[in-house]
Amino acid sequence: MNSVAAPDPSSNKPAPLLAVTGLSKQFGDRLAVDAISFAVARGECVGFLGPNGAGKTTTINMLLGLVTMSAGAIQVFDLPVPRKLAAIKAMTGVVPQADSLDPDLTVEQNLLLYASYYTIPRATAKARTNELLHFFALESRRGEVIGQLSGGQRRRLLLARALINDPLLLILDEPTIGLDPQARHLMWERLQELKARGTTILLTSHYLDEVARLSDRVLIIDHGRIVAQGEPRQLITDLVGIEVFEVEGTGAELDQLAAGLAGCEEAKIERAGDTLYLYAKKECRHIEALLKKSRGWLRRPANLEDLFIRLTGRSLRES
Amino acid sequence: MNWFAFTKIWQRNALVWRTHIMATLIGNLGQPLLFLLAMGYGLGHAVPPVDGLTYLQFLAPGLVASAVMYSAAFENTYGSYTRLSLQKTYEAILTTPLTMADLALGEIAWGATKGLIAALIMLASLPLFGVWPSPWTIALLPVLFISGAFFAAFGLIMTALASDYEFFNYFISLVITPLFLFSGIFFPLNTLSPTARLICEHLPLTPVVTLSRMFCYGRFAEPLLWKILGPLLLAAAATWLAITLLRRRLIR
Repeated sequence: MNSVAAPDPSSNKPAPLLAVTGLSKQFGDRLAVDAISFAVARGECVGFLGPNGAGKTTTINMLLGLVTMSAGAIQVFDLPVPRKLAAIKAMTGVVPQADSLDPDLTVEQNLLLYASYYTIPRATAKARTNELLHFFALESRRGEVIGQLSGGQRRRLLLARALINDPLLLILDEPTIGLDPQARHLMWERLQELKARGTTILLTSHYLDEVARLSDRVLIIDHGRIVAQGEPRQLITDLVGIEVFEVEGTGAELDQLAAGLAGCEEAKIERAGDTLYLYAKKECRHIEALLKKSRGWLRRPANLEDLFIRLTGRSLRES
Repeated sequence: MNWFAFTKIWQRNALVWRTHIMATLIGNLGQPLLFLLAMGYGLGHAVPPVDGLTYLQFLAPGLVASAVMYSAAFENTYGSYTRLSLQKTYEAILTTPLTMADLALGEIAWGATKGLIAALIMLASLPLFGVWPSPWTIALLPVLFISGAFFAAFGLIMTALASDYEFFNYFISLVITPLFLFSGIFFPLNTLSPTARLICEHLPLTPVVTLSRMFCYGRFAEPLLWKILGPLLLAAAATWLAITLLRRRLIR
């Protein structure tokens, strides 16, 4: 079992499991990560969000020493990156975005091989492999070559592989990308269980319902900077509001509606195509009266996606 | 730093190799054995003895050295590049405590091992052609492994620079094929003009071909030291360069 360095005795607050200070990365003349600082406490699940090219994967790769830092400092388990990377990686598990399973080997061989990279004794590795195959419902696939697995099974195996060293920190880069709803729900269940057991998780995902479900806290990054961080519900309430009205209509109809809604206190109006969005921070009585004339409208609680769009805009990010 | 961590990469490759052993063996050995058959057995009847050896005898040890080169160079170009790009094996390995040096050393040691396996099978099949290697051949094996390490490291350098598989065509046709033809495997270098001979003698495969012939027949007419030290230094330098270039490729 792994152990972590004791927290600094001079402070009462336990040292964070992961501490990033003033971290920057310059690729040529492009500043991919711009002096970001954040911390992840032990046992916390933090969702790391941002549009494509915002700097998420670069940041994660800097934590793992796969991208060098241009400035700043990273401490994981109180150990500095990059000097103590081998020790840090021994206590970290990573689920990469791209499938990197060994396609020529069986499910069981993949896990045992990975265990060897961590110098886990053979008997422990075997026991751990059995445990993980059971936990991820892959026991019946044990002897199958990777090519014969479904997408969901491969993703589960990637997560199982990341857990072979019983990590204290789990880094997940888009863990459910390309999965059907059943497979995603199974992954979520397993991740919830890991969280309940106290595993610290850093998660990136474009599925914001997934992040909302799993994360205690979110960091939203855009253009290499952290634009918001906090508990997701609180952030949504503070920055977006309590509820959202989505109204469809022609330009003229929506113009008229927008004029009528101008009297609503603390409500923000946004137009995109032939839809009007109204983000309400508190109840506004005459909204519903005005909406009676509209053809199609929807009232729903504000969610993480609204927050994401609010902070990072609606324009496409294409590399 | 754990000096033997690279053996884990070696073991990984050996495990994968065992799952399709036949295809790789036939792929790597077909060419040298066919050359031996066509040139040695076929053409050999029309060629007078060279340095007191029949043409088949003259040819065989050099082809053993070339089998090492081909096997190691192919493994660490096409094989390594597949692991680097398509299978993302390197990416997966680098999230574990293994380092870039472990990764590169493991790949090179594996390429050299595949070269050695190719050499052993070639040597074992020589009696079929009536060529019986001397007991000294045992001492040749470490030399062949070193030569394999050089070509494996050279291949890994190409992998670190490659943007696609086509890139290796240059390596094979501009480096490997000329070495196969001009390292003294097919004709004795002392028949060449002094300039041509000087160039050929400094090609990295030449000392290995010469040593191969010397050990195979137990005829030690020339000094050995530089013929062994040369390939060893080359292998060390190429390994260092491979680690450096692979790091530059994978760690941005």
